[in-house]
Amino acid sequence: MSTANTSPAAPTKVDLSSDQEVRWCPGCGDYSILKQVQTLLEQSGKRREEIVFISGIGCSSRFPYYLDTYGLHGIHGRAPAIVSGLRSVRADLSVWMVTGDGDALSIGGNHIIHLLRRNVDVNVLLFNNEIYGLTKGQYSPTSPEGAVTRSTPMGSTDHPFNPLALVKGADGTFIARCMDRDPKHMRDVLARADAHRGTSLVEVYQNCNVFNDGAFEVFTEKGSKPDHTLFVEHGKPLVFANGTKGISLKDMRPTVIDIGAGHSVNDCWVHDERDSFKASLLVRLFDDPRKPGGFPRPFGIFFVKDRPTHEAKLHAQLQAAWARKGAGDLDALLRGDHTWEIA
Amino acid sequence: METPAKPKTVEPRQNVVILFAGDSGDGIQLTGAQFTDNNALFGNDVSTFPNYPSEIRAPQGTLAGVSGFQLHFGSVEVFTPGDRCDVLVVMNAAALKANLHKLKQGGIIVANTDGFDRKNLRLAGYPEGTGDGDANPLTDGSLEAYKLHSVDVTKLTRAALEGTTLGMKEKDRCKNMFVLGFINWMFSRELDNSERFLEHKFGRKPELMEANRRVLLAGYHYGETSETFTTRFEVKPAPMPKGTYRSITGNQGTALGLLAGAQKAGLDLFYGSYPITPASDILHELSRHKNLGAITFQAEDEIAAIASAIGASYGGAIGMTASSGPGIALKIEAMGLAFMLELPLVIVNVQRGGPSTGLPTKTEQADLWQAVHGRNGEAPIPVLAASTPVDCFEMAFEAVQLAVEHMTPVILLTDGYIANGAEPWRFPSSKDLPTITPNHIKSPNDGDRFLPYLRDARGVRPWALPGQAGLQHRIGGIEKQDGTGNISYDPANHEKMVRLRAEKVARIADRFRPIRLDSGPPEGDLLITGWGSTYGAIRTAALQLQAEGYSVAHVHLRHLFPFNKGLGPLLKKYRQVLVPEMNSGQLRQLLRAEYLVDARGLSKVQGLPFTSEEIHNAALELLTLNASAAAPATQA
Repeated sequence: MSTANTSPAAPTKVDLSSDQEVRWCPGCGDYSILKQVQTLLEQSGKRREEIVFISGIGCSSRFPYYLDTYGLHGIHGRAPAIVSGLRSVRADLSVWMVTGDGDALSIGGNHIIHLLRRNVDVNVLLFNNEIYGLTKGQYSPTSPEGAVTRSTPMGSTDHPFNPLALVKGADGTFIARCMDRDPKHMRDVLARADAHRGTSLVEVYQNCNVFNDGAFEVFTEKGSKPDHTLFVEHGKPLVFANGTKGISLKDMRPTVIDIGAGHSVNDCWVHDERDSFKASLLVRLFDDPRKPGGFPRPFGIFFVKDRPTHEAKLHAQLQAAWARKGAGDLDALLRGDHTWEIA
Repeated sequence: METPAKPKTVEPRQNVVILFAGDSGDGIQLTGAQFTDNNALFGNDVSTFPNYPSEIRAPQGTLAGVSGFQLHFGSVEVFTPGDRCDVLVVMNAAALKANLHKLKQGGIIVANTDGFDRKNLRLAGYPEGTGDGDANPLTDGSLEAYKLHSVDVTKLTRAALEGTTLGMKEKDRCKNMFVLGFINWMFSRELDNSERFLEHKFGRKPELMEANRRVLLAGYHYGETSETFTTRFEVKPAPMPKGTYRSITGNQGTALGLLAGAQKAGLDLFYGSYPITPASDILHELSRHKNLGAITFQAEDEIAAIASAIGASYGGAIGMTASSGPGIALKIEAMGLAFMLELPLVIVNVQRGGPSTGLPTKTEQADLWQAVHGRNGEAPIPVLAASTPVDCFEMAFEAVQLAVEHMTPVILLTDGYIANGAEPWRFPSSKDLPTITPNHIKSPNDGDRFLPYLRDARGVRPWALPGQAGLQHRIGGIEKQDGTGNISYDPANHEKMVRLRAEKVARIADRFRPIRLDSGPPEGDLLITGWGSTYGAIRTAALQLQAEGYSVAHVHLRHLFPFNKGLGPLLKKYRQVLVPEMNSGQLRQLLRAEYLVDARGLSKVQGLPFTSEEIHNAALELLTLNASAAAPATQA
């Protein structure tokens, strides 16, 4: 395997901005994500040359151009495959993948699920804005049913994906959600994602202020945020609405309870990010919280599992082959098992 | 072998074509491959053509289910699996019906009578008789023009296995060994090699090994003792160049060429692939060589297969992918990306009959235009073509060499015919293969700055790998500014970049060796211009025409894009140009467009290779159209 030809010492603080002007629309949620990723990496002690950003196509996929690291802006939907190949030959890098709801879940749907099941070591930032931005406003696979867009003047008839349920279904080993308007939380989640070995998938709710403004308003605005969001933390009870409400898991059914009125915090479901079964329930808390009986939308790290990465298993096989057959000899290969002489 | 009880005559033959045919579950391919090995070991030159249905177990006894293995072996050089066969071995009625037209007049038929019962005759579509046997071709006299040997292979196989504990099904599965034993007797071959093969194959199942061996010997002894066979044949060793040989199929050759290329470049090999006929054997072969650093990745689809290879090349390995027909179609967008990124990548297309799913197990050369032109925007990619199984090795090696040294994707075209066909290979020594030099860079190339698209004199950009300090850069499929690689929509820059990329690929022709005729005079009446797997048939036809006194030469193109610089001048040295292709005239049109030459075409689009006779006849027709100039000197 190639190894990084790295500079001797990692600077404690570097400026990772590239010399390229950032060209997202003013007010786009992408700026916030770029800032947090940049800050996280600058503080991480990683050397810029060991960081690689791979992206597909879409607004979010311009991301690699704005960081002074290695970057490859690929083709629509195929970033997971590019990452899989890169990772297979380079175990030494910090690899990040930037994608959007259309890129990852529509045209790249077949690649993202295989990336997850293989558990390739990469941090995936899935910018979800529930719209196609770069093509100017068509509905995406995460747009809600009924969404009126340029391609659905009478409203979308498609049922949307629940992205994290899809990720859980594909046996993702790190599943998290955050939002552009809560940068500190985002940075904490990203730091954990970076530390995880395997495919870390972080869904980021990102506001497209041009084509789908306010899609996540109910989760981001001060007035509605407490009642409609649920920030989960490992080992802590699921409480929201400034501690006045919680979620119980009595008889394995999530139920919203009022804390104080006959219930206490002790009745709440305690989040265990290692519990696969509970994570499967958590990702299903996905209905519109404004509707009667609706659950608040969870944010945070839903699930973490240690499972060997694709490349670790691959290299274990290479090692085993070396151990069994010895280092490859090209002449032995050309000769094969069966020869004869013509004198 | 013990000496036969009763001496039989031995008839020498210069070369023999034998076709084994039966149900796709009859073990035909194995029988053919084994007999091929025996002849190759004996020193014959050999060429094979396995031809099988796309269904794994097509309906038994039907024409659709017939699997065939044709072998041409000789005491002279052989270039094709043969136009028509001398010996036809058929396991059932359908196999006879499907292949009889390929048998020479007076040829030998060895028929398994058990495969000619009423059911088999009906399934093969022989007319229902009025009484027993009268519609059976083995008994109704319809095969009088041939030497027919009816053998009840099933009965004799079961008899040989009497007393064993094998079930009837397992016993019958040994039938092909009877045929192999018998054919080995017929051509005066020893059985040692086949016995070794059985030991290897059934080493862990001694009972099956013993059963197969018994049946193999029974087949051989049947030839010796049966009164009906009075003649054996003998094909003496061919005058092959001295050396150590092995047998190789085209797909093996491709896999080994890719691996050898990676080794000589000092790079890890990453092969991304999705299973498809007839390319999968390359994946199978490469996956066996992990100790040589070959990383194989069975991707979720064809697109991921090539995209992962691009990712691997970006990381510093040599990325490769292979597919066929519809799979290649899926990879085209990513080929454009690799072209745009200017990363090394090898794409092998083992062509099969198209369009769409087409004829998955049959051969064709109909993807040439796709390889040369089939991308959005102007994205010229070097296109190479292999002509024989051995040539697959050479061209795969060259594909790696060009990709790595010129920072470009390279397409290698082979096809189902040579991919599955085998021939003897006097394999090279690793030290005789050229070293491949990646265009790596160690430090910034513009003062303190690194410009990823700063080109050298050949127009080639540097290959900086993630992890190298000071060489961080961003690349992508969007048009880029010359030098920096930054996104640029500047109109003049775009035109410049289109031109620079095209020039880089065009300059690859500078390194090609001067064009060389395969045979024939340096100028004359007719130049037969071929590419790919038509090589053997064209060579045979050209040599025959030359022997007949015609002024005919043969050139076989290995570089379809860019063309060899000597090709244009060469084409003009002949009064006529004939381009035989297994398509409707794709190379012909490229030649006409490039050189304004009035090339004539010979098309065959049947999923089958040309016979040399077809090429001979087409050439003759062209020559005699202009009889005044073309008449051979020896002709009255």
